[in-house]
Amino acid sequence: MTTTTRYLIRNARILGGEPTDLLLAHGRIDAIGPDLPADGAEVVDAAGAIALPGLVDLHTHLREPGREDAETVATGSRAAAMGGYTAVFAMANTDPVADTAGVVEQVWRLGRDAGYCDVHPVGAVTVGLKGERLAELGAMADSPAKVRVFSDDGMCVSDAQLMRRALEYVKAFDGVIAQHAQEPRLTEGAQMNEGVVSDRLGLAGWPAVAEEAIIARDCLLAEHVGSRLHVCHVSTKGSVQIIRWAKSRGCDVTAEVTPHHLLLTDELAESYDPVYKVNPPLRTAEDVEALREGLADGTIDIVATDHAPHPSEAKETEWNQAAMGMIGLETALSVVQHTMVDTGLLDWAGVAQRMSATPARIGRLTDQGRPIAVGEPANLTLYDPTATRVIDPATMVSKSRNTPFAGMTLPGRVLATFLRGVPTVLDGKIQ
Amino acid sequence: MQHLLSAGDLTRDEALLILDTARELSQVSERSVKKLPTLRGRTVVNLFYEDSTRTRISFEAAAKRMSADVINFSARGSSVSKGESLKDTALTLQAMGADGVVIRHSAPGAARRLADWVDGVVINAGDGTHEHPTQALLDAYTMRERLGRVEGLRVAIVGDIRHSRVARSNVLLLTTLGAEVTLVAPPTLLPVSVDTWPCAVSYDLDEVLPKSDVVMMLRVQAERMHSSFFPSAREYSRRYGLDADRLARMADHAIVMHPGPMVRGMEISAEVADSARSTVTEQVTNGVSVRMAVLYLLLGGAIHRPGNQGEPR
Repeated sequence: MTTTTRYLIRNARILGGEPTDLLLAHGRIDAIGPDLPADGAEVVDAAGAIALPGLVDLHTHLREPGREDAETVATGSRAAAMGGYTAVFAMANTDPVADTAGVVEQVWRLGRDAGYCDVHPVGAVTVGLKGERLAELGAMADSPAKVRVFSDDGMCVSDAQLMRRALEYVKAFDGVIAQHAQEPRLTEGAQMNEGVVSDRLGLAGWPAVAEEAIIARDCLLAEHVGSRLHVCHVSTKGSVQIIRWAKSRGCDVTAEVTPHHLLLTDELAESYDPVYKVNPPLRTAEDVEALREGLADGTIDIVATDHAPHPSEAKETEWNQAAMGMIGLETALSVVQHTMVDTGLLDWAGVAQRMSATPARIGRLTDQGRPIAVGEPANLTLYDPTATRVIDPATMVSKSRNTPFAGMTLPGRVLATFLRGVPTVLDGKIQ
Repeated sequence: MQHLLSAGDLTRDEALLILDTARELSQVSERSVKKLPTLRGRTVVNLFYEDSTRTRISFEAAAKRMSADVINFSARGSSVSKGESLKDTALTLQAMGADGVVIRHSAPGAARRLADWVDGVVINAGDGTHEHPTQALLDAYTMRERLGRVEGLRVAIVGDIRHSRVARSNVLLLTTLGAEVTLVAPPTLLPVSVDTWPCAVSYDLDEVLPKSDVVMMLRVQAERMHSSFFPSAREYSRRYGLDADRLARMADHAIVMHPGPMVRGMEISAEVADSARSTVTEQVTNGVSVRMAVLYLLLGGAIHRPGNQGEPR
């Protein structure tokens, strides 16, 4: 989608550099430089805001088809745009599961129709996410949706032989298996991180080893068969160490961390408020620190939201009964600024790499995550890091309200998002 | 304190106030007319999502002896079995003007969640594998009655600690009251972070028995062996069951407690359960007094002013 309207962005700081102007025309960046002539273009005053390449989320739940009461492709992609995203990967655990070319094509078309960001469906690895036999991965890859990322997210591909086959099979079309690392037997009935807090609260524990054992196994498998592995939502210190070790051996593994795992800890469960119930669970302060370090040193490649909308009745309940997951698209960049930039662990170029360039590369997108340069697609986010805001679920664009950051004061605000030169967000408002 | 959700919420003074009050109120139960007008006009709802006749009757008797109006709300055969959420049930109780809700639920934290949704007093009568504070209070009360004190007592708690709300509440309360607690169980039935708890741990019952003033046996569900917490009921019983031989190795003054329901032949032999050292039936009796004290202090608001609780008569 392109537009005939041209936009001149004044005084934007590309990746936090010196203020300059950017002219967007015909879906591309037409010119960059100080004091560009407006020449009839629509002028957007960035007023010193930071220009980032449009963000790419490798891990989003848009809930459509099946749970349109929680989110739709349209509402979820609007939430993505509000968060500065120009592309999202929609996880396969819909109803029906995105395990056929038909379903992935449906999601892909819904995304195109909505037009707020590129929606790339993730294909299920196994039929119905049951972990029993491979879904038709090739058919999904060959469909108009051109699926390259496959995941049973929500469920672990726990069968080692099946995981091996999946890793091998997707090499034919340069795909990647994104593993939800959760050893099922070690986490039967698990409710929260196993440790001091779970023991005190009497909630069934979710041991770190249940994640780490699968990651270790999968890294070794991927290395053995020479395949690409992506690890979803890394949440423990041990996982970071294992991935660091696997990379040092030359294993082709990438990993993601969620904003909430960069900030929140399991002590929040003390309230028994299931808004803090998530899979994998919130861990300890020591884990949070290791995740930040891992993201800073490149052991963890990207930030992915694991945006998981749920209707209020799924959360206003006893902890055991509640659904797992939290929304995150509209707060991700603020949380990353708070935990990584304001702490000095990352600069804005590092943020752009971890929230745009690398996720695009893992998902094999060619027109997203590009550098901000003349001739590149005009996928841009203007972000004011000096703003602060109190997170208010009522003002969320997402259809759901289950944000764990409610009431928190976080830095930064997305002023504008451009998708191929078209503003999806302008003046902080959805267009 | 507005609610009683965790034994850990009680300060030492508050816990002692409850025990002292329970002592005074226990005299009511010895009268021919077992009734006080204290909570007349107050409504207490017993909201029981789990079958627990023992605990429900105990709370019901306690509330009725204080002249409160009691509504028993059992999950079975109610709107709950038709899918009504805890929140909606809470809002219903709120709308009916319940002054206090006694809740028993299989989900840890259910009492705490309920307290977020109602204005009245919430008393946790057991929330899954989390806590059972009034059980700990009646246990402490029983120790005081039998042994004259709680402070300095050496208390062994034996059994399925990991899944036990009774153990959690007792560790918190007994520690607050100055007892020395030792947890005894196979390692599989202990919480993983038990080394951070304010108590000692042993895998060897025979080593702990002679040094204990109180031995509290917890129910162990035989089904646990299907999840490999232990190999068989017989092996559990051999290593951690309290039988007459082991009873003989306890100190002469030491008592045997059990919160019930007992699995005779599993964690405790019938002989021990029925012995004079066993306080099982006293615990039931004391439960009513302790729950009267809790209802009186929370619904009467007196717990805000320790030392000025007034005369319960």
